[in-house]
Amino acid sequence: MKRYKFKISGLDCASCANELEESLKKIDIIQNVTINFMTEKLIFECFEEEKEEALENIRRVIKKEEPDVEIKEV
Amino acid sequence: MTSKMKRQLFKIIFSFLFMVISLILKIEPDIYSKILFVIAYLIVGYDIVMKAFRNILKGKVFDENFLMTIATLGAFAIGEFEEAVAVMLFYQVGELFQSYAVDKSRKSVASLMDIRPDYANVYREEKTERVDPEDVNIGEVILIKPGEKIPLDGKVVEGESLLNTLALTGEAVPRRVSIGDEVLSGCLNQDGTLKIQVEKQFEESTVSKILDLVENASSRKSKSENFISKFAKYYTPIVVIIAVFLAFLPPLIIQDAIFSDWLYRALSFLVVSCPCALVISIPLSFFGGIGAASKMGILIKGSNYLEALANTEIIVCDKTGTLTEGVFKVQKVIPIGCSEKELLKYAAMAESYSLHPISISLREAYDKDINEKLVTKTKEISGKGVFAKVDGKEVLVGNEKLMDDEKIKFTRSEELGTVVYVAVDKKFCGSILISDKIKEDSYTATKEFKKNHVEKVVMLTGDHENISKSVAEKLNLDEYHAELLPQDKVSWVEKLMTQKSASGKLIFVGDGINDAPVLALSDIGVAMGGLGSDAAIEAADVVIMTDQPSKIVDAIMLSKKTMRIVKQNIIFAILIKIAVLILSAFGIATMWAAVFADVGVSILAILNALRILRVKNWIKR
Repeated sequence: MKRYKFKISGLDCASCANELEESLKKIDIIQNVTINFMTEKLIFECFEEEKEEALENIRRVIKKEEPDVEIKEV
Repeated sequence: MTSKMKRQLFKIIFSFLFMVISLILKIEPDIYSKILFVIAYLIVGYDIVMKAFRNILKGKVFDENFLMTIATLGAFAIGEFEEAVAVMLFYQVGELFQSYAVDKSRKSVASLMDIRPDYANVYREEKTERVDPEDVNIGEVILIKPGEKIPLDGKVVEGESLLNTLALTGEAVPRRVSIGDEVLSGCLNQDGTLKIQVEKQFEESTVSKILDLVENASSRKSKSENFISKFAKYYTPIVVIIAVFLAFLPPLIIQDAIFSDWLYRALSFLVVSCPCALVISIPLSFFGGIGAASKMGILIKGSNYLEALANTEIIVCDKTGTLTEGVFKVQKVIPIGCSEKELLKYAAMAESYSLHPISISLREAYDKDINEKLVTKTKEISGKGVFAKVDGKEVLVGNEKLMDDEKIKFTRSEELGTVVYVAVDKKFCGSILISDKIKEDSYTATKEFKKNHVEKVVMLTGDHENISKSVAEKLNLDEYHAELLPQDKVSWVEKLMTQKSASGKLIFVGDGINDAPVLALSDIGVAMGGLGSDAAIEAADVVIMTDQPSKIVDAIMLSKKTMRIVKQNIIFAILIKIAVLILSAFGIATMWAAVFADVGVSILAILNALRILRVKNWIKR
């Protein structure tokens, strides 16, 4: 498992951040997902070889839940 | 203000103008005035309504946008045009203020940790070039002028200067560096020009490591944060369901009940049911707390640790390097029949070939160049000391056993620490006491622990019983356990963990180098003197950049302060919400009160949370 950090911007409120985090937790191949509203960070763990698949899933969930939100690797 | 906020502000102002015009002119027929209200509403609420529709399609009905849309459209439906616009308008004012406050606190925390160097002046082809610190390679030489930040870790090759480490450690006393000294990135160069040979890439440099730690500090969430997000998860649906009942049941059951009256009350419920006000202030408080801590040179790796610090019951400390300075120093010289200087001179010269810490401390105390030609026939007597011919005289330096073996009459010293006896030409000349010194700061720290309701302070050490006892007594510790092996420390910490109350926490404080198992075992592992030690930063939950144990007191106080504010915010927000709910259920509170219960409360909570950032005003000792 490797830890990945992304900058997540465009979240309107802390509650939306929590909800998005809940939805992302449902993705099987990623673990320990946290969204920190204050630092605008999305942190998760997954296997290195599954990173692309994980990102695809994350982007899909974000597009559905919070279309204004963008993520960028740091 | 970001451009998004500016747009938002324009919308609010325009919408407000339309509303005021409509209110003042009271244009007849009524329909024109109503149109003006609708325009005002659309200017300020269009985004929200659109988002709400998008979210319904996704089945997200308890979302804030949806709730506000239903509440305001409902108000239009029962003819309360003015109220519909006002609610949306004030909701947006609140949202704007909220994002402004969040943005502001993000920036002020970032400026608390303003240590990121922007550039490096690197020597390339006999010229200095200004480049990004990330583009400098190991081995290159960089130039740092007075007033500039040191961009990368390295070694001084030319120049001398005072370095200010305030931004890294919270410590105001500057450090003097000259050729050969290691310097850390993030320090501010005060008065001289320095040339530094780079020893680490930017990503590996101290400044990057610290920034990374601070920026990712809140990756672990606290119990309070989890509580409030769980609360919000149930709170909103429950209030919405009650609102539905409130709208439809009473008109069916109670005679003469007017549907539009009850609908109005139900709509107020929807406004109050928005969860954001509750949720925002908690992470904001912790964020502020962690930011304020970094300002003081205390790095906290997660809001869970900041929360736990407030419940500190037992503090377990390592001795050497934590409570004491960890450096052997000559504390006392007791000459017999000669001067202090002479005694030190003989001892230092006889030990001049040894690299033992005791010998080094003797030479440091003598503090003069030693003419090594005068020292001959040096012989180490294992476990006892040293024999040497110094300036033609036979010098013996060692412990009691050495004196006994050589049948030299000497006065036994009762001092605690390591005592070195010196004999010249078989005649006892005196003794020198060498010991580790208790940090001045440890006295302050242990006193303050008690004031902050720490129940027990325990010292665990591998050092000798008598030395440990004296340290424990001087610092007034509750317990100490000496002569421990690393695995004994683990079992002691295990034992102490069972002695605390269910909510109490055990902190272990060590230098972070040999303590990894205990750091992991305790509730909160604190590593001291973290500046420049990767191992410490890695292993601990809390890193104290300086070597002052009193920073633990600061951390506990800050944690308590943060928790007080968190609790105030939770209780305040929930109470106001419930009060307004009850009042609107009985038709006493208007929708205006409901908007206050939503955005007004969140603004007050945010302002309350921002108090944490004003560290200087409350840390005074």
